Amino acid sequence: MRPALNLRTLVTVVLIAALVLLPLYTGLSGNRFLLTLFTRIVILAMAAVSLNLMLGYGGMMSFGHAAYLGIGGYAVGMLAHEGIDSGFVQWPVALAASALFALVIGALSLRTRGVYFIMITLAFAQMAYYMFAGLARYGGDDGLTIYKRSQFVAPVDLSNKTQFYYICLALLFGVIYLVWRLTNSRFGLVVQGARSNDLRMRAIGFPTYRYRLVCFVIAGTLCGLAGALLANQTDFVSPSIMYWTRSGDLIIMVVLGGMATPFGPLIGAVALLVLEEVLSGITEYWQIILGPLLLLVVLFARGGIDGLLTNLSGKASGQGRS
Amino acid sequence: MSGPGNHPMLRVQALAKRFGGIVATDDLSLSVAEGELHAVIGPNGAGKTTLIAQLSGQTTPDSGRIYFAGADITTLPMYKRSRLGLARSFQITSLFLDLSVLDNVALAVQAHTGHSFRFWRDARSEPELREPARAALARAGLSARADQPASALSHGEHRQLELAMALAGSPRMLLLDEPMAGLGPEESSAMVAMLRALKREVTILLVEHDMEAVFALADRVTVLVYGRAIASGTPDDIRANAAVREAYLGESEDAHV
Amino acid sequence: MTLFIEQCLNGLQFGLLLFLLAAGLTLVFGIMDLVNLAHGSLYMIGAYFAATFAAWTGSFVLGAVLALAATLLVGMAVEVIVMRRLYGRDHIDHVLATFGLILFFDEAVRLIWGPAGLSLSLPPWLSQPVQILPGMNYSAYRLAVIVVTLAVAGFLYVLVMRTRIGMLIRAGASNREMVGALGVNIKLLYTLVFGLGAALAGLAGLMQAPILTVQIGMGENILILAFVITVIGGIGSIRGALVAALLVGFIDTLGRAFFPDILRMLLSKEAAATAAPALSSMLIYLLMAVVLVVKPEGLFSAGNK
Repeated sequence: MRPALNLRTLVTVVLIAALVLLPLYTGLSGNRFLLTLFTRIVILAMAAVSLNLMLGYGGMMSFGHAAYLGIGGYAVGMLAHEGIDSGFVQWPVALAASALFALVIGALSLRTRGVYFIMITLAFAQMAYYMFAGLARYGGDDGLTIYKRSQFVAPVDLSNKTQFYYICLALLFGVIYLVWRLTNSRFGLVVQGARSNDLRMRAIGFPTYRYRLVCFVIAGTLCGLAGALLANQTDFVSPSIMYWTRSGDLIIMVVLGGMATPFGPLIGAVALLVLEEVLSGITEYWQIILGPLLLLVVLFARGGIDGLLTNLSGKASGQGRS
Repeated sequence: MSGPGNHPMLRVQALAKRFGGIVATDDLSLSVAEGELHAVIGPNGAGKTTLIAQLSGQTTPDSGRIYFAGADITTLPMYKRSRLGLARSFQITSLFLDLSVLDNVALAVQAHTGHSFRFWRDARSEPELREPARAALARAGLSARADQPASALSHGEHRQLELAMALAGSPRMLLLDEPMAGLGPEESSAMVAMLRALKREVTILLVEHDMEAVFALADRVTVLVYGRAIASGTPDDIRANAAVREAYLGESEDAHV
Repeated sequence: MTLFIEQCLNGLQFGLLLFLLAAGLTLVFGIMDLVNLAHGSLYMIGAYFAATFAAWTGSFVLGAVLALAATLLVGMAVEVIVMRRLYGRDHIDHVLATFGLILFFDEAVRLIWGPAGLSLSLPPWLSQPVQILPGMNYSAYRLAVIVVTLAVAGFLYVLVMRTRIGMLIRAGASNREMVGALGVNIKLLYTLVFGLGAALAGLAGLMQAPILTVQIGMGENILILAFVITVIGGIGSIRGALVAALLVGFIDTLGRAFFPDILRMLLSKEAAATAAPALSSMLIYLLMAVVLVVKPEGLFSAGNK
């Protein structure tokens, strides 16, 4: 057990160090593209961390998590379009709108279980997609250009790419810490108990529905923050930010990196997005490789990278013993 | 009345439940006095588990009333009954297999310590959850296994853990659904000893197949057949009851060989 | 009034088409307990096959028949190669694996047919409008679609309720072990059922092809409608799928046609123009929300299928 922990910890520490030092490298080498790519990775990792709270710890298999990226993003975009560009207004609105949407959708979809839950969360996310696509005032299908990033007080400047990267990274670590605290709190144990055995939780005296709902809302709200960041990064928001395949990508990140582990979604996000980048460098039709690859991972390498790390460590310790 | 207390802890009045054409509970009335160990026996399909399900709130009866400690709980949801002090164990082991043994019990303790919308403090280092949980594990004889995942326990230990969880909330009454199911002879007698130690301290409704255990433990016995109580009385009364022998005991001996 | 009748017929046609998709989805889920996100890909493939084969053979009908057979084969191949490894596993595995299939199929289609869409033109005898009421014409093709889908629905009903295979299908849905114990070749049964579901999706796709453009991603939007239908109708219930599909077909079609007018009566013209497109595309999801509140397990859940 201990070596597995060490290898995973090693990978995590190296990854964090690399993320922290990245702007140094891109600054020296002048590779701006890498910084843009990793800003995006960090933001989507934050979305994956929020999904992990609900999917990994809570066992709620939502296929609509990208909706909150869209709502957070549109909160920024629509307010900016109306001339309100203070981040002190935009970001709280992004969080509140995501929380409200999650509350309504969660209250409905948590009445069901299993495959129903998957389909319903997907359907409601798609409803949000069509709703934004129907808003002609805000660009409809074509989306909305954001001419000015969210404004904060003096030293903070989101237009500075390095600064923006570090803000995203700091928020990501903040969210990871928050989720870690949550999952070890009384609340977190209730949510994990409900994942494990909901009937038993009710039998020992927990009204599990409301705990799951609160978990659903927290996860959605945190993802809304990621959405606000994403809109700032791309200076643009359109319905495609919340297209359902994006929800699928987030699930892949969580599963690939290790469900119900604090840093798993980050590892998964880096792995998936870097892999996409590499594959799309090889061929224009890169998804024809990614699709079957994903299939192979599901069929033959359950547990993704997380499982791989555990296996490798297991083998290493096995050899050590013999 | 041979029960030790006077006030009925649990009173069931004209309970009825059907699933489609099948009558699972048929005009059933029974009462369990405070401190009593009341056993419910009956052949397979007599509606024992359905009765537990209705008492615990997992299913709602079609008609009839259920009173617990004087309050009508017929339509109360499961978690509220548990909070009133009506705990149950499951016939098919129902645990949090991916959590540790101690976490399992600590959750049961936590359920009875106010709401759990506490988001920050590490629950695994809260003595007011951990200490009662350790005490309950000790009573169930599982202290040594506290830090193992629940999935690592043997079947017999799962049954002990079930009981520890039911006890952890200091319930006033336990609904035990076949706690001896699937246990070997040694494990069975350990469970009987444990239940005997609990007797008087907490009111128990025991649904059980194991006749030896029932007659050794019960103050009173109710016999269910096709959802109806065909007899109710002390173990001696039941042993002597001709209708019971005919309807049940004969068949049960076949089933148990 | 004629507009209303026309829109009702459009709603009926769309609803029946959705039924073909939802029926396949719900059969596969009810019997194999498999969540298949790639169901929409089979719909897309059916449409591409039809456009290609019709161009090769020069005959719409022949092209359609070939496309149907080809989609059936693709479906069975997918079952043998991928799906049967997923039975009995977590739903999250189903979701990830079939999501991988979607990526693969979308990209394969782009590689083979290119990124631009195809179109499938109708033979003259189907592209003429026909008179259905005095003074009212309606698309012959849409009428043909209604007839074909009704025939397929009847076929499905007979298949599931009246034949030995159907009995196995119904038994499989409720009791896997029992079917196995009867000595039925369950592997083959599953391959056939999955193939049938694929063929239904393909049929829906190829029939929709002359009405819409054949393009990548066409299956994904309609898949989500099929999900909505399955949720409303109750998983595993063919009858529920039919009722829910018709409901969704009508509400979606009539909503898009008339809802903006209704809104205009209630709101200012400007507000109505802003809100109408967004709101009318949300109608069916609101229907789903209502069903969830009233009957979370669907209108015809497995108990009374």
